Amino acid sequence: MTEPIIEAANVSKSFGSGPARVQALKDASLTLNGGELTVLMGPSGSGKTTFLSILGCMLAPTGGTVRVCGTSTSGARPAELAEIRRHHIGFVFQSYHLFSTLTVIENVLLALDLRGDRGPKALAKTKEILASVGLTSKMSSFPGQLSGGEQQRVAIARAVVADPSAILADEPTAALDSVNGHATMTILSAIAKERGRAVLVVTHDPRLFEFANRIVHIEDGSLMREEFTVPKVNLMRSSGVERTRKDALLEYDSQK
Amino acid sequence: MSLVITLALRNLLQDRLRFIASLMGIVVSVVLVMVQMGLYFGFSGMISTIIDHTSTDLWIVSSGAKYFEDLSVLGTGMRNRILAIDGVSEVAPGIVGFSAWSLPGGVMTSVIVVGTDIAHGGLIPWNVVEGTAQSLTTPGTVVIDRSYSDQLGVSGVGAIGQIRGQPVTVGALTDGIRSFMTAPYVFADVDDARSYVGLPASFTSHFVIRLKPGADIERTRQNILSSISGIQALTPDQFRQQSRSFWLFRTGAGAALVAGALLGFIVGTVIVAQTLYSSTKDHLYEFATLRAMGASDSYIYQVIISQALFNALIGFAIAALIGLTIVHLTAKGALQVVISPSLIVELFGLTVVMCIVSAIAAIFRVVRVDPAIVLTR
Repeated sequence: MTEPIIEAANVSKSFGSGPARVQALKDASLTLNGGELTVLMGPSGSGKTTFLSILGCMLAPTGGTVRVCGTSTSGARPAELAEIRRHHIGFVFQSYHLFSTLTVIENVLLALDLRGDRGPKALAKTKEILASVGLTSKMSSFPGQLSGGEQQRVAIARAVVADPSAILADEPTAALDSVNGHATMTILSAIAKERGRAVLVVTHDPRLFEFANRIVHIEDGSLMREEFTVPKVNLMRSSGVERTRKDALLEYDSQK
Repeated sequence: MSLVITLALRNLLQDRLRFIASLMGIVVSVVLVMVQMGLYFGFSGMISTIIDHTSTDLWIVSSGAKYFEDLSVLGTGMRNRILAIDGVSEVAPGIVGFSAWSLPGGVMTSVIVVGTDIAHGGLIPWNVVEGTAQSLTTPGTVVIDRSYSDQLGVSGVGAIGQIRGQPVTVGALTDGIRSFMTAPYVFADVDDARSYVGLPASFTSHFVIRLKPGADIERTRQNILSSISGIQALTPDQFRQQSRSFWLFRTGAGAALVAGALLGFIVGTVIVAQTLYSSTKDHLYEFATLRAMGASDSYIYQVIISQALFNALIGFAIAALIGLTIVHLTAKGALQVVISPSLIVELFGLTVVMCIVSAIAAIFRVVRVDPAIVLTR
């Protein structure tokens, strides 16, 4: 459960040149392990998004190295980075970024379609994932017909359906109320625990700490300190991941 | 089925007004190209209609003649010299020249008299729908196309007219033998035709030659040219190309039609490119999301090109219906729009090319999109 999935060593990133040069990230090192939910915490402009972009192979660092599932991204061409993202990383975005013209089930299927996974098996897998996030009844709905919380659950289903090794979530609760935010984090936490995936949540909301195994603070582009914690939310009441998430949702619903 | 098709189609249909505008652009463009090319082929066909419908192996015209109706004067004595050349089986004289047809009330109108040699099979009218071409063996008989009846002031077979002051009787009517000039064709016996166009009996304007079975056309043609000076010996294809080349390109008429078609292609490409580009821009974050999710470049290109192909398919289907309606409406007109099945296939290919070329700008836009922008919004 502690297998390193993404390893960043002495990563730095600067934008621009000359007097306009901005050092967005300085010597940042972080390892994301399977089975852990790591929270990356920091104020606006601290370099959180830049670090997430580099860890997610969307941005090349100016210095340092990043390894994803043992593969170094140094010198990789855009097509190779896209392949790493496609096979190893699932993203959850603050604004969901669902495809407005596709239904819920199509949005999730898309992540498999990109990998060439089509047909009845892909459909069954998608339905299973949507059921696990409590969206069976919304499969034919379009994103515009869903609440923010439901949309974020679709986004999570899309991120995990292809079974990536790491889930990178950028402010996943920022656009949600506390009830939906809690439900979203419950699902992400269950993915880390039950599936052994590395989950990184970038946030500036301290309420998410209760879900974290590790909290990493970033400020002015530098990782300041790292705290190891024990998640306060108990998700381990049942063995199956599907049941665990459902239980978590039910548990949370009962608290509303 | 891949979601590429679903995504492409839904993206197109999401903004219906833009989709309709795009389709209209394609339809206008394709119809413009179709009509221009249809006119080009219709015009080409009319230019060479008599050449196309004359059964012959070689045409003999004077050296300066550029097209069928052009002034060509040859001595009739040349016929025996041609007949003496190895491989030649039959030589029929033909006449073509302008004359004046008198309408009731004394008004004159120009006609192109075509002198027919029924006995030797030269320039015989075809598509006879009333009467027979054999009627031309009766002196003073002419054959006209029924579409010119009103223009020539005749009611049908048996009607009387006048050419250059000489009375003529309509012996038969044809269908679809139209001249690309304003002057109608009037078929007459070759001897009558000489007097209608004012050509002495010892002259003719063309000879049509049939060769003996197995004779080599090119060798015979060269033999004729080396034996007789001041003439052109042309195969039907050479004469057809020479006539078309003169009217289509030396007069500029064909160039104008081709330029119109090219303009249609450019207009269509610009309109489709603009709408595809704006649709792509509207869905830029979705394309960035696809890239962030690890979609390959080819997957993204497929989405955009599928959109372009949907535009092409639907736009072309509508344009083809309009084009076929235009063909139907002009079928009996002075200038026909001729759209052959091969032209339809070629135009469909052109439409697909137009739409794919239009997608290039959108593809360039998406290629440049940074997947990390999805983290900033």
